[in-house]
Amino acid sequence: MAELKSNFEPKIVGFLCKWCAYTGADLAGTSRIKYPPNVNPIRVMCSGRVDPVLVLKALAAGADGVLIAGCHPGDCHYTSGNVKTIRRFKLLQKMLDQFRIEKGRVRLEWVSASEGERYARVVETMTEDIRTLGPLNWNLRKEA
Amino acid sequence: MANPKAAFYWASSCGGCEIAVLELGTNLLDISKKVDIVFWPVALDFKYSDVESMPEKSIDVCFFNGAIQTSENEHMAKLLREKSKILVAFGACAYGGGIPALANTTSREQILMRVYKETPTTDNPNGILPQTKVEVAEGVLTIPEFYNTVRTLGQTVDVDYYVPGCPPVAEQVWSVMKDIVGGNLPPKGSVIGASEKSLCDECKRIKGDRKIKKIVRTHQVIPDTENCLLDQGIICMGPATRGGCGAECLKSNMPCRGCYGPVPGVLDQGAKMLSALSSNFDADNEEDARRIADGVVDPIGTFYRYSLARSLLRRAKA
Repeated sequence: MAELKSNFEPKIVGFLCKWCAYTGADLAGTSRIKYPPNVNPIRVMCSGRVDPVLVLKALAAGADGVLIAGCHPGDCHYTSGNVKTIRRFKLLQKMLDQFRIEKGRVRLEWVSASEGERYARVVETMTEDIRTLGPLNWNLRKEA
Repeated sequence: MANPKAAFYWASSCGGCEIAVLELGTNLLDISKKVDIVFWPVALDFKYSDVESMPEKSIDVCFFNGAIQTSENEHMAKLLREKSKILVAFGACAYGGGIPALANTTSREQILMRVYKETPTTDNPNGILPQTKVEVAEGVLTIPEFYNTVRTLGQTVDVDYYVPGCPPVAEQVWSVMKDIVGGNLPPKGSVIGASEKSLCDECKRIKGDRKIKKIVRTHQVIPDTENCLLDQGIICMGPATRGGCGAECLKSNMPCRGCYGPVPGVLDQGAKMLSALSSNFDADNEEDARRIADGVVDPIGTFYRYSLARSLLRRAKA
């Protein structure tokens, strides 16, 4: 079992805003910064577009974690999209607690277009945290 | 032509859906002239063996209320599916899991522990828990198995139509019955006896600027009767809930609790409501957002009160 766990590669769905986080991730790539390949990035126009339904859908479909990354507060391309994200995220976290989904699995991070290094570190910590937590396997679990 | 044959059944439910049928009043007498009721445990003395002996697809329409929480519920769902031409998931429990599905926030073990050992009124010195089989002098007694996860009827068998509501309102039940008897049927899989719009669409209250400073619970205030409850900080499920009920709760100055299920096109009623509510928090930083979110004491029980089994996550992690 211990061996199984160490071979576990977390599947993380990353919702990255086009203006900051996605560009930051792009910078991490062009700067050849090394970081784990566990995040499957999905480019969205704004972190405010990330409906909580999308987060739950990713988890229900088998993701081990979900990363929402957008512009720093005050820097939103649409002025206040990320403020809505903050509001929703606090309540979503509270509800995920009730579903007993560990805090580290769903994260909200701010990454600007110039923070390639920061994006790499966020992905690295998140991947390691989820590796420790183990697989979520919601697609198998929900029927039990 | 012979009258169409109808059946009514209750699985894991409170009996409220049966009352909703009785609420048809004298219309029920009209129905009974045009329809032969062949199975209705709450009102008429039929046995399960009577249903088992019926030919396949011999019931024209079966109204099935209640969620699937035991092996008996599942057995009857499969049996009635086999015997019925049209199977209608009737009421919030059959449609979305309803109140019984809130058991999915915990587990079978914890429920049995609470009910048979921990409640103050329980007298069970030997700590006996229900068993599916027990041997007594006269032979073996069996009771149905209690499942860990509550499911909807649609997750158990193929369902033709869904009638939402806890319970469905009488006028809607009547129109559904007339449509079915008259053969006036929408495409299979449709939600019938409800509106295609959100409850807010039929609510007469004045909608304001939606800046929620603090969540207020219904026992803490007497709400204003003219203005939208969300504007008053009371969680009203209207924006995420299908209309068609006539907004009866709102007329009684109570918030919508979401019993008509998600609006068409919405995958997950609870997450949509969470989004609609929290987007209007009067907060522009994490601390304020957390403070207002803390006012929602039971997010699952509030946002998924009637739809947890049919939601994306369906249950809490063990």
